Amino acid sequence: MAEVALAAAAEGASAGLPGWVQLGYLVAAICFIVALKGLSSPRTARRGNLLGAAGAVLACAITFVAYDVDNLALILLAVAVGTVGGVYGARRVQMTQMPQLVALFNGVGGGAAALVALLELEELSALSEPGLVALMATAFTVLVGAVSFSGSLVTFAKLQELMTTRPVVFTGLPVLFAVAILAGLALSVVLVVEPTNLVGIVLGVVGLALGLLLVLPVGGADVPIVISLLNAFTGLTVAAGGYVLGNTLLLVAGTLVGAAGTFLTKLMADAMGRSLFNTLFGALKGGSTLGATQASDRPVRSAAAADVAILLGYAQRVIVVPGYGLAVAQAQHTLRDLVDVLLSRDVRVDYAIHPVAGRMPGHMNVLLAEAQVPYEQLKEMDDVNGEFKQADVVLVVGANDVVNPAARTSPGAPIYGMPILNADQARQIVFLKRSMRPGFAGIENELLFDPKTTLLFGDARDSLSKLLASVRNL
Amino acid sequence: MSQEIALLTVFVLSVFTGVEVISKVSSTLHTPLMSGANAIHGVILVGAVIVAGQAETTGALVVGLVAVVLATVNMVGGFVVTDRMLEMFRSPQRTQKKEQHGG
Repeated sequence: MAEVALAAAAEGASAGLPGWVQLGYLVAAICFIVALKGLSSPRTARRGNLLGAAGAVLACAITFVAYDVDNLALILLAVAVGTVGGVYGARRVQMTQMPQLVALFNGVGGGAAALVALLELEELSALSEPGLVALMATAFTVLVGAVSFSGSLVTFAKLQELMTTRPVVFTGLPVLFAVAILAGLALSVVLVVEPTNLVGIVLGVVGLALGLLLVLPVGGADVPIVISLLNAFTGLTVAAGGYVLGNTLLLVAGTLVGAAGTFLTKLMADAMGRSLFNTLFGALKGGSTLGATQASDRPVRSAAAADVAILLGYAQRVIVVPGYGLAVAQAQHTLRDLVDVLLSRDVRVDYAIHPVAGRMPGHMNVLLAEAQVPYEQLKEMDDVNGEFKQADVVLVVGANDVVNPAARTSPGAPIYGMPILNADQARQIVFLKRSMRPGFAGIENELLFDPKTTLLFGDARDSLSKLLASVRNL
Repeated sequence: MSQEIALLTVFVLSVFTGVEVISKVSSTLHTPLMSGANAIHGVILVGAVIVAGQAETTGALVVGLVAVVLATVNMVGGFVVTDRMLEMFRSPQRTQKKEQHGG
């Protein structure tokens, strides 16, 4: 039992603090472990999250009492400001914007860790013989915290579409990136030898630049993996910060998140059929510049809502493939109504959920849960992929890349190797699309030009409302 | 030195624990799990409070207070938004069907 051994070791490490403080931190650490465990199963997830929050509140309360905290009023004011900001953001955000909010929260956490380390540096430099490991941990926290901060802000900007979602690559970027890494390493060494504020600040600035250079070349579809990676980075910086402060709780919490986050990043990359290396540096090799940003003018077959309604209403088996476009149009509820009407006509309907449908793994499940779609109708990719052959109609709503056969057939495509939904095996395919613009990954979808495919152009919500009305009138 | 070894022990055991506790997660929960883990590292607020509480110059105090605000946003916002997501996952059929092994 790693948990028990960990708990025992953690107890011994925070020497110098009163026993009850160490015990309180130990309780908080156990809360975090149980919280993560709970979050990995739907039955216990909500309880797990609340337990984690309780642990965090306990840890903060203990800190205020146990440490000699000056400027208490100002600090409490700062906590109040942060609480209002955090709750406001968390309550206001739409479910579609969840990935960028997580990125933003992660970024500010990384920024906070870097600032804490900079202030600790001041303390350390005042000591006659600061510990070597503590200085190394400080350098790590400043550098990686800054990377996490600026990198997360770029992912936020990309997902919020404040900037292009396509990979940003310019000549000299790989060289600049290499230079920034070397500068970061060199400055870290300098910081250990010569721990001054100035070196710390310059190191932080290099970290900010490095974060930008790391995330700019990543294409929109891969951004979720990067959020997860930066999340792990922030975890590790918190752990290193905990080492510097001699605070076991920060060490345990940060390391837990760092390890879990790294593992989660790998799970996500596997679900998308991408290696982490390719995600980060694929664009630098020129691999993902294949994409088209322009709408294609090749001929497609489009139809009116009434025609599609007949296809759906007289089918025996329909599979719905929902994508991010559905959520953008806020059409989940209309889709559920349409599916309910089809079910009442004895059409068998399932939703096929690609692991990365939406913009983050599991995102579509959240979005459909919001529209109260019954869970039994949601089929995961591996369970449903064999059933497309029997489907009369596949209705693709606002999805594109997850049904793009290029993932199987075009080794040069940025999504090559990603497991996809076998929509192309169905008898008929209907795409609800706003325009012929390519999907998030920026590549054309051959399936749109397939003779079995019909397109219904328009905003997803309008199209679904029209379909709903037409099917009701059949 | 024994202090450093103890911290190293904590670190190594935490790595194994971190991987172990989430190793069986289904892709359905990737988003809330990432968000929840994100909230947990917001506990850097503890560090921010410590350094802000020890600040001796105005400059250090300002930096410390900024760190406190950022860390609080991370921690509070993270837990609230994760709860909002998970609130929608709670129909009874759902929980029975998605029960994990060894949870």
